[in-house]
Amino acid sequence: MAQDLGYLKETASQTAGPYVHIGLTPNFCGIGGVYEADLGASMVNDRTLGQRITVTGRVIDGAGMPLKDALVEIWQADAAGLYNSPSERRGAADPNFAGWGRSPTGADDGMFTFETVKPGRVPFHDGRLMAPHISFWIVARGINIGLHTRMYFPDEAAANAADPLLARIEHRHRAETLVAAGRTPNYVFDIHLQGEKETVFLDI
Amino acid sequence: MSGDQSGGENDRPETGAFFARDRAWHPPAFAPGYKSSVLRSPQKALLSLDGTLSEITGPVFGHSMLGELDNDLIHNFAKPGESAIGERIIVHGRVLDERGRPVQDALVEFWQANAGGRYRHRKESYLAALDPNFGGCGRAITDGDGHYCFRTVKPGAYPWPNGVNDWRPAHIHFSIFGHGFAQRLITQMYFEGDPMIWKCPIVGAIPDRRAIEQLIAALDWGNTVPMDARAYKFDIVLRGRRSTFFENRPEGN
Repeated sequence: MAQDLGYLKETASQTAGPYVHIGLTPNFCGIGGVYEADLGASMVNDRTLGQRITVTGRVIDGAGMPLKDALVEIWQADAAGLYNSPSERRGAADPNFAGWGRSPTGADDGMFTFETVKPGRVPFHDGRLMAPHISFWIVARGINIGLHTRMYFPDEAAANAADPLLARIEHRHRAETLVAAGRTPNYVFDIHLQGEKETVFLDI
Repeated sequence: MSGDQSGGENDRPETGAFFARDRAWHPPAFAPGYKSSVLRSPQKALLSLDGTLSEITGPVFGHSMLGELDNDLIHNFAKPGESAIGERIIVHGRVLDERGRPVQDALVEFWQANAGGRYRHRKESYLAALDPNFGGCGRAITDGDGHYCFRTVKPGAYPWPNGVNDWRPAHIHFSIFGHGFAQRLITQMYFEGDPMIWKCPIVGAIPDRRAIEQLIAALDWGNTVPMDARAYKFDIVLRGRRSTFFENRPEGN
């Protein structure tokens, strides 16, 4: 026997369930008057620096049907490649850009929408620059633990070709599942949970 | 959003990558007893990545965003002078990381059904009645000790279309933000002694009994307020971070 390391175990995940919007976007689901606005509904203001972009998409199940009860969150760097986070030690991020957004897919068309800015490049562990990307986190009924993935930009071919994460995808055609469609300033990123077009999900 | 995140000299922001997630402890994506996971679970392996800046950073929320009644579900949707119907309870606990350190300024959001098991949601069709004074959502931010608390009514069990006769145990949904996007977690809290816990396919998706027991809040008699509300204690553990014994620097620098 040796000393006990004394670590705790992480609280186990459970599905967000079909009524996740009650807690996370109450105004969207008709529970007004509790919070002024839904958290993460707005990412930019008039003073936010950088190129404005719109990211839309759907979360699609193994039978090809878009989920209408999912919740999607994104996290990204500002236009200069800095995160608005206490753990960011390289400099101060744009104070007019939180970098985080939340969108339900509860509308009739099952679309999520983010009005944001195009992120700058951020270094990998070894100092190489990663291609511009947005981190995604998806929860819904039927998803037992939140799914992490990343969206890259179709008009950044050279940067994508040198991206350390994309380079690690063994089956090369699957790297395309992380590259959005569309063109500046309107990008479309469909997330396929299962099947032939299955999005690459990350264990981060 | 990041207004009051500056700490003293002694709590410099942490920048280490997170401990790898123990995915044998969490429920797997594919859990056929929970039917809707069948078409919503990835079939290919996850791509593993030691946390980069994109994962070890995350938004931190200031206490100034909170309204006065945000952590009082008995009153935050009620008409003036009225309150929600049901068993009055206080739920409180600490948010810690796997190293046992308190996570301060963690945003904790929660939602639940009313005392009869009815959710305030347009897609909900259960015949139990809505409570006109109960909305079912709340939020809190942990203090310097990692502590949060809220008051609410104890939710009822409710039936759901999975098996022919499946009922969820009484539960409160929790969403937690730590300090890194990789810590993002949604879970459910159950109540000590509820026999329904061990019949539920969503609970049963968790392979390890000890992981299930960690989701069961204990009746906290010490914090029960006489003639007012009983208390339940529910601690939440987020992923720990590696200590930065050695700064991570590119070779040659």
